[in-house]
Amino acid sequence: MKYAVLGGGPAGLYFALLAKKADPEVEVRVVERNPPDATFGWGVVFSEETLGALRDADYETYVQIGESFARWNAIDIFYRDTLVRSRGHSFTGISRKVLLGILQRRCLALGVHIDFGREIHDLAEMGDADLVVGADGLNGLTRRSQEATFRPHLMVHPTKYVWFGSDMALDAFTFIFRRNAHGLFQVHAYPFDAHTSTFIVECPEEAWRNAGLDRATEADSIAYCEQLFAPELRGHRLLSNRSLWLNFSTLRSESWHQGNVVLLGDAAHTAHFSIGSGTKLAMEDSIALMDALRRHPDLKSALTDYEMERQPVVERFQEAALESATYFEHVARYEGFQPTQFAFNLLTRSRRITYVNLTQRDPMLVRSVDAHFAAVAGGVPDGPLRISPPPMFAGFTVGGLRLSNRTAGLVTGAGLYLSEFTAVSHDGRVTPETSGIDSDEGIGAIRSAVARVHSEPGARFALQLGHAGRRGAMRPRAQGVDRPLRWGGWPVISASPIPYTQRSRTPRAMTEDDMVRVVAAFDAAAAAASRALVDVLELNFAQGYLVASFISPLTNARADEYGGALECRLRFPLAVLDAVRARWSGPLMVRITAEDWAPGGSTLDDAVAVARILKAHGCDVVHPVLGQTVSENRPDYSRLFGVPSSDRIRNEAGIPTLASGNITTTDEVNTVLAAGRADLCVLEAR
Amino acid sequence: MNIGVGLPTSTPGTSGDLLLEWARRADHGPFSTLGVVDRLAYQNYEPMTALAAAAAVTHRVLLATMIVIAPLRNTALLAKQAATIDALSRQRLTLGLAVGARGEDYEAAGVDARARGRRFSEQLEQMRETWEQGRVGPTPPGRGPRILVGGSSGEALARMARYGDGYMHGGGPPRAFASGAAKAQAAWVDLGRPGKPTLWGMAYFALGGAEVETGADYLRHYYAFTGPFADKIAAGNLTSPGTIVDTIRGYEDAGCDELVLFPTVSAIEQIDRLAEVVR
Repeated sequence: MKYAVLGGGPAGLYFALLAKKADPEVEVRVVERNPPDATFGWGVVFSEETLGALRDADYETYVQIGESFARWNAIDIFYRDTLVRSRGHSFTGISRKVLLGILQRRCLALGVHIDFGREIHDLAEMGDADLVVGADGLNGLTRRSQEATFRPHLMVHPTKYVWFGSDMALDAFTFIFRRNAHGLFQVHAYPFDAHTSTFIVECPEEAWRNAGLDRATEADSIAYCEQLFAPELRGHRLLSNRSLWLNFSTLRSESWHQGNVVLLGDAAHTAHFSIGSGTKLAMEDSIALMDALRRHPDLKSALTDYEMERQPVVERFQEAALESATYFEHVARYEGFQPTQFAFNLLTRSRRITYVNLTQRDPMLVRSVDAHFAAVAGGVPDGPLRISPPPMFAGFTVGGLRLSNRTAGLVTGAGLYLSEFTAVSHDGRVTPETSGIDSDEGIGAIRSAVARVHSEPGARFALQLGHAGRRGAMRPRAQGVDRPLRWGGWPVISASPIPYTQRSRTPRAMTEDDMVRVVAAFDAAAAAASRALVDVLELNFAQGYLVASFISPLTNARADEYGGALECRLRFPLAVLDAVRARWSGPLMVRITAEDWAPGGSTLDDAVAVARILKAHGCDVVHPVLGQTVSENRPDYSRLFGVPSSDRIRNEAGIPTLASGNITTTDEVNTVLAAGRADLCVLEAR
Repeated sequence: MNIGVGLPTSTPGTSGDLLLEWARRADHGPFSTLGVVDRLAYQNYEPMTALAAAAAVTHRVLLATMIVIAPLRNTALLAKQAATIDALSRQRLTLGLAVGARGEDYEAAGVDARARGRRFSEQLEQMRETWEQGRVGPTPPGRGPRILVGGSSGEALARMARYGDGYMHGGGPPRAFASGAAKAQAAWVDLGRPGKPTLWGMAYFALGGAEVETGADYLRHYYAFTGPFADKIAAGNLTSPGTIVDTIRGYEDAGCDELVLFPTVSAIEQIDRLAEVVR
């Protein structure tokens, strides 16, 4: 039996030694293009869990690795000239060079043959091996030689980063955020032995160009970064090792094996450096591959089993890494945050750590997050640490109204009850069952509903007002959504005469008279809502209903002053908002479409612009939702799917938001609120 | 959670006799449903026809398509076929529909695959209309057969929530089902449907000695169109009572209403062995 391993990094060497150890009869050959002592990069990080796996897989190297480790349990966050330290995180780091040395020596002692300094240009050069292991990294020959099988997807991230070392000893995973005239720069630094640390600098491409780093030599870059981070470096130096500015690439491969060829580590997948798991995943791959080979006598089953075991694990890390990378790309959005909230948002960025996890790891930090949150919510200055409720139960004051907690929806105990769609006029109903507010009966029914909600201590009632537009005259939704009534329908109106589905009525394009009538109906509805003792009004400017049909370019084809550019498309919606705002003095929320989820439709950039304008017109809270502008779209119903748009609108347009969309646990609610991604959350009852 | 069994309509070597005997035993056995899969460019039996045959030899067990590739078919004819099976079986039909995953089926049918999503939305609406209007009979009582929609994309889930009565998941381990089910529920809430979607799952099995390899060969052949994924599907075949019990438990925990176990070997002993495990 012969195994050929391409690439002498941690994944390749570790697999080689495990294979040789398992069966000394197997001939194991590693081919590495660099000499034995050449290594790039500085330290690598492992979690406790990985260490356990390394201990079980090969005790000898585990002991040596353990002796060379730097261990720490804190994360330091330098932001706005303050330091927040979070404890209870367990990390270990080791010099990449030391790690490779340990693995190389163990390989040689076991009888693995290593060809250093040999470059391979064709997999055929690997000879007649029974198994070819591609551990040759992101742009490795193995993956490139069979792209049709492995089906790789490469995503290049927009920020620039550079991998330095530093002779500064750290005792924590350290994040530094520093803004200068060129832009915002951040550091990801961690120790790997008693004297040396990895020091990665990352920044937006614009800041990198502003600083002239696109033209800088390695020495210039070091000088620039040393000066920028002088307060934290405290006289220590940055060290280079072929330290070039790069864009990180995330690699996903649909398949990791073909015939007798299998991919390991970076050759199959990469995960953004900000969650520090590349080497960990690579060495875990090696262990899993060896275990699978041991379990299955035939190679095909073993490789399939390896892939089935590792792919879901790696995918979870890649998702987390992508969330983390996205956070760092947009971190400037959070520069207004107070330090503990900034820290909480940073620590929960990848969604792997939530409010509950962090409470277990670092109860004191979470207490201070809670205290800060409660102080802001209560409108009192941040004082000494007080025992405070979790963010979900911190009150929220909006438009002079106090909500007792920050959940909204139909769940009993929610601070804000959200009503079903209520039509401002008879022809604005979605179905014949849609409740209305244009009759004494309708108002009476709403008043009773409000009274029922008010019988719950502290609960408030939000009335959702809308006009169905082209989604009107449909059947009751128990029979399906957007199915036109067969009998008893009514004519429908919209911005333009485009039917909602292929089978629904073609709406009449609204005339100015129609607009006057609809604005008057919203105005009258707001007045009626006061009489019904409603606490909050939510105007539905989303989900493809009448007002939304003006906002999206997909549904507004008007040639008059109500169509065209965004400010024109907003003319009618703002007329509605202004009329309601003039009539209604209570809290006013507007539901808007964050993205149409359809080509050529409104994007999140548009939604941020819309939110800014709504705020200027007196809207108190924005409730972003996604899709439904047109019936055929491309939704994404993943967990918390509405949170990223809420985050962006809240922190870029500077307006409170209500987040909704597949939020099902109180832990998710607390995490979203404490991290400043929304002010209120719809908690779904399942 | 109910447990159903698939008819061996696409495993090689199924005779008409085997199919009918399988259906009879399912009717006697502990199974709630008999399911069929659909494919055009393949050596398998047409699902609506197979269900009609099964309807003739069963009295109790529910009959389900899991799924039928709707856009390949004329909508009025499909509605009529479904209504017919429903009537002949005394309302035992559940109609699972989806757009399918293979271009070759569209080629074989001479249907343009590019417009399949839009066409499928239209069909979902037209099916119910056909049943309601009464021009194309037989007119089923009530709303007609339950329609469940399959597919994993956001578009498919939205279509499911808009027009369907629930979701048919395409198979895999319980965690894959749980993730699909959570998204289906989120789509249901997002579109403002009252109540909850019905959730169905499916898995493959082969019980016995030599049958395990036969089953894996079949799955690799059946799923060859997925490329390297076929090996993983074959490796996921449930080949022992323990893994079947674990899978049932996992699906139940994930909120599945009906799990249908499909055979991968054309042999009558397979349903008896499964019945022993499930009973």
